[in-house]
Amino acid sequence: MSEQGTERDRPWLMRTYSGHSSARASNELYRTNLSKGQTGLSVAFDLPTQTGYDSDHPLARGEVGKVGVPIDHIGDMAILFDQIPLDRMNTSMTINATAPWLLALYIAVAEKQGADPSALQGTTQNDVLKEYLSRGTYIFPPEPSVRLTTDLIAYTVDNIPKWNPTNVCSYHLQEAGATPTQELAYALSTAIEILDAVRDSGQVGEERFEEVVGRISFFVNAGIRFVEETCKLRAFVRMWDEITARRYGVQNPKLRRFRYGVQVNSLGLTESQPENNVQRIVLEMLGVTLSRGARARAIQLPAWNEALGLPRPWDQQWALRMQQVLAFETDLLEYGDLLDGSPVVEAKVQSLIDGAREEMARIEDLGGMVACIDNGHVKRELVQSHTARIRAIENGDLQIVGVNCFKQTADSPLTSEDDSGILKVDEGAEREQVAALERFRAQRNQGEVDAALADLRAAATGSTNIMPASIACARAGVTTGEWSQVLRDVFGEYRAPTGVDFSGKAGGSGDALAAVRERVHATGEAVGRPLRLLIGKPGLDGHSNGAEQIAVKARDAGFEVVYEGIRLTPAQIARAAQEEGVHLIGLSVLSGSHMELVEDIYCELEQLGLGHLPLVVGGIIPQEDEQVLRKRGVADVFTPKDIDMNTIMARMVEIIRDSHGLDSAA
Amino acid sequence: MPPDTAPATLAQRLLAGERGALAEALNQLDDQRSAAIERSGALLAALLADGVLSRGHLIGITGPPGVGKSTLSSALIATWRRRGLRVGVLAVDPSSPVTGGALLGDRLRMQVDPADDGVFIRSLSSRGEFGGLSAEVWPMSIAMLAANDVVLIETVGVGQREIDIAHSADTTCFVAQPGSGDSIQFLKAGILEVPHVLVVNKSDMGETARRAHSELLGALAGEHADGGWDIPVLLASASRGEGIEALADAFAAHREQIAPDLEARRRRHQAHWLEKRLLADFGQRGLDRLGGSEALLARLNAKTADPLSEYRALCAEITNALQQDQ
Repeated sequence: MSEQGTERDRPWLMRTYSGHSSARASNELYRTNLSKGQTGLSVAFDLPTQTGYDSDHPLARGEVGKVGVPIDHIGDMAILFDQIPLDRMNTSMTINATAPWLLALYIAVAEKQGADPSALQGTTQNDVLKEYLSRGTYIFPPEPSVRLTTDLIAYTVDNIPKWNPTNVCSYHLQEAGATPTQELAYALSTAIEILDAVRDSGQVGEERFEEVVGRISFFVNAGIRFVEETCKLRAFVRMWDEITARRYGVQNPKLRRFRYGVQVNSLGLTESQPENNVQRIVLEMLGVTLSRGARARAIQLPAWNEALGLPRPWDQQWALRMQQVLAFETDLLEYGDLLDGSPVVEAKVQSLIDGAREEMARIEDLGGMVACIDNGHVKRELVQSHTARIRAIENGDLQIVGVNCFKQTADSPLTSEDDSGILKVDEGAEREQVAALERFRAQRNQGEVDAALADLRAAATGSTNIMPASIACARAGVTTGEWSQVLRDVFGEYRAPTGVDFSGKAGGSGDALAAVRERVHATGEAVGRPLRLLIGKPGLDGHSNGAEQIAVKARDAGFEVVYEGIRLTPAQIARAAQEEGVHLIGLSVLSGSHMELVEDIYCELEQLGLGHLPLVVGGIIPQEDEQVLRKRGVADVFTPKDIDMNTIMARMVEIIRDSHGLDSAA
Repeated sequence: MPPDTAPATLAQRLLAGERGALAEALNQLDDQRSAAIERSGALLAALLADGVLSRGHLIGITGPPGVGKSTLSSALIATWRRRGLRVGVLAVDPSSPVTGGALLGDRLRMQVDPADDGVFIRSLSSRGEFGGLSAEVWPMSIAMLAANDVVLIETVGVGQREIDIAHSADTTCFVAQPGSGDSIQFLKAGILEVPHVLVVNKSDMGETARRAHSELLGALAGEHADGGWDIPVLLASASRGEGIEALADAFAAHREQIAPDLEARRRRHQAHWLEKRLLADFGQRGLDRLGGSEALLARLNAKTADPLSEYRALCAEITNALQQDQ
């Protein structure tokens, strides 16, 4: 339904996904970014906020303010939007399991600012289903999670009509390994699952259901194969139009539009020669802007140095300028759709649609998206695709400049500055946040808090929409941890399938792997029993793709691998190491809390008399930290530049040999 | 100073329920080097001398993949802990015959309080060589029994493993899934060893679950071939925590029923384990040199030595006999 006229297209919303340390520090960053020409906000919350823990919860240790801003209560939320009038802002919040709560806080702050809540504009991501598959910030089982999603949608359609209540995400599916076909199929199947749930909940009258359909928006990924990505978006547009018309009988074509925001791919950003990421990001942006009929409504770009650590304000400014150059300097927005009528594009779009329809039919046969998450089908498919991608990089079929080809490089002036080219989070931020939380709790009216929580429990237990009770909680001064705990009590907690294929079917071949397998076997004989490896994901970070790939590869290399999934405490990891009698522990940490977590795990191991167990750490770990970890006793540190998994496997065997006093490889 | 791991001391620490000792004992029992096997034999001998075979409860739980065994185990563990029982778990996952590698994922679904010292879970790969269960399961069960009140052996799959587990556990439990006719057909056709307890999991599936339940009731309820035991057919929902108490009660009732025969039953299982290992190593011809299965079993039932020393002695006897043949 794109306009074919020559009227200049309006530029998309320009955002930067940001937030760190504290509400105060983030507020300053937002106001600076807005003054630089950013047209919307995209809030990154820290992991405790995303998983429903207060900043002083034991699981929050080391995570407060790391990957986003900590929001414990209405006071934090008010500071976050200080001097930013919410009725004139367009705010996107990447929040899922606790989405109703953060929206409740947002509404309560808008009220305090004197704004009319019904005028609010923005987006809550509110797509828990993909959290089970990737990213991992789910809390509750699928059934109550879908109910919370549904409640939020029904509430906003009635009360905040311009709000985008859910952003169905294919972004994280691509990060988890999804092919374009899988991205289409899984995202659309998720949207169907959500819309069906809203319809079946009976919260919205039949005559208004069109409006619900019209409010569903998407959040997609754009990778470096930008021609295929463009075709993928054209396929999305066509398939959504068809689904909304046929399945939901939506008459109004405007309400059938595929509206989406985008963050271009971070998975493909490299640690080696990181300056090359700039051209990657620009090309990926082309993929979501080139075709006017399938153009993004909002774009946020990662910074060039994301694989190294947290970006600084200057790095984020650079990313914003890329958008501005494309929108304001080039002539892209002056034309109608450049690709309409191209037979090449048309053929590609059609083949993506055919593939996606096939996979969607399979999901429907298996009982829908929720069933396919619970039975592990989708996760297994994703892990397989991801494994295939990594094998292709290893054997050179997939070329990545500076990583597996054209590796020779001069020293980069960008990373040789004092700060190594990344942002250092204020060490005192967590302590200050916890102290402020204690002060907040002391000054609030406990009677009001208790009453609000009792009402919340009643709503959760029954079938009343969760939003009004949540907004009352926000006003009363309830904390993030308290709100979540009530729902944890009522709904229970969930552990998702890991997708790591347990059927015992091993894959992988090649001389390098065979050599490692030989060595694993020989070392097992030498130490008397098969080599056992514990893969642990401590902390709240749920990005498990790396840990899963290592687990699969280690299995293929002949290790017996114990993998328990995400969000483990240091005590659980140490305990598993003892009970399972492992020879080596591998930790994966991507949230930046590696220093605290590794130290805590050493303490727990020492208490069990296992201080001698060798330990390796993988993740986004700055070089400076790497030195400190090695001094603490960590046997090796693997970062995104360690792309050859066979080499990682070989290193792990040698570390075990070394710890048993066996000779190591020459 | 690291704790003493000499067999006699290790046995004492194990009987006192020390977690570090249990971990060490399981590592040692896994160790295939000859010095370690000797130490393991001495350890098992010390445990057997203490009467471990007449204590505790060894429960085998099995069923097809995806039926929710681990979630059910997790719910059972919580119930046993509430009853004040210490629980050990041996979770067996298949391994790859090609690479020897395995992914051991059962812990994922068995959530226990990390501060609770009354639960100990060891995952094992089936390691291909010994039918369905790994050869280490029996010796490890003895170590687990020394330190726990209840020991659960969990295995996946249909076929050989059920038979193995029926020859290892005091009580076997088969978990069936509503709507999956296969396992029920297998049971009815007598392809599977008949368990002591049958449970239909996922009773939250409503009508389908009730149908599976009544089908099993019709087909299997009745007296177990062991005699004196009516097979209970139960409904449970691990995810909702329903029917778990009744399941734990059924296990306890069976344990009570077999109490007079418990040690003899375990000696038979131990003999079976030895026979199976020897068969795997030497084939029928080797076993015939000892006078065949029946003679061997009769001989082993009368003996009291630890299984590892026994195994080594029998290996030597067969090797000698085979050499004389030549």
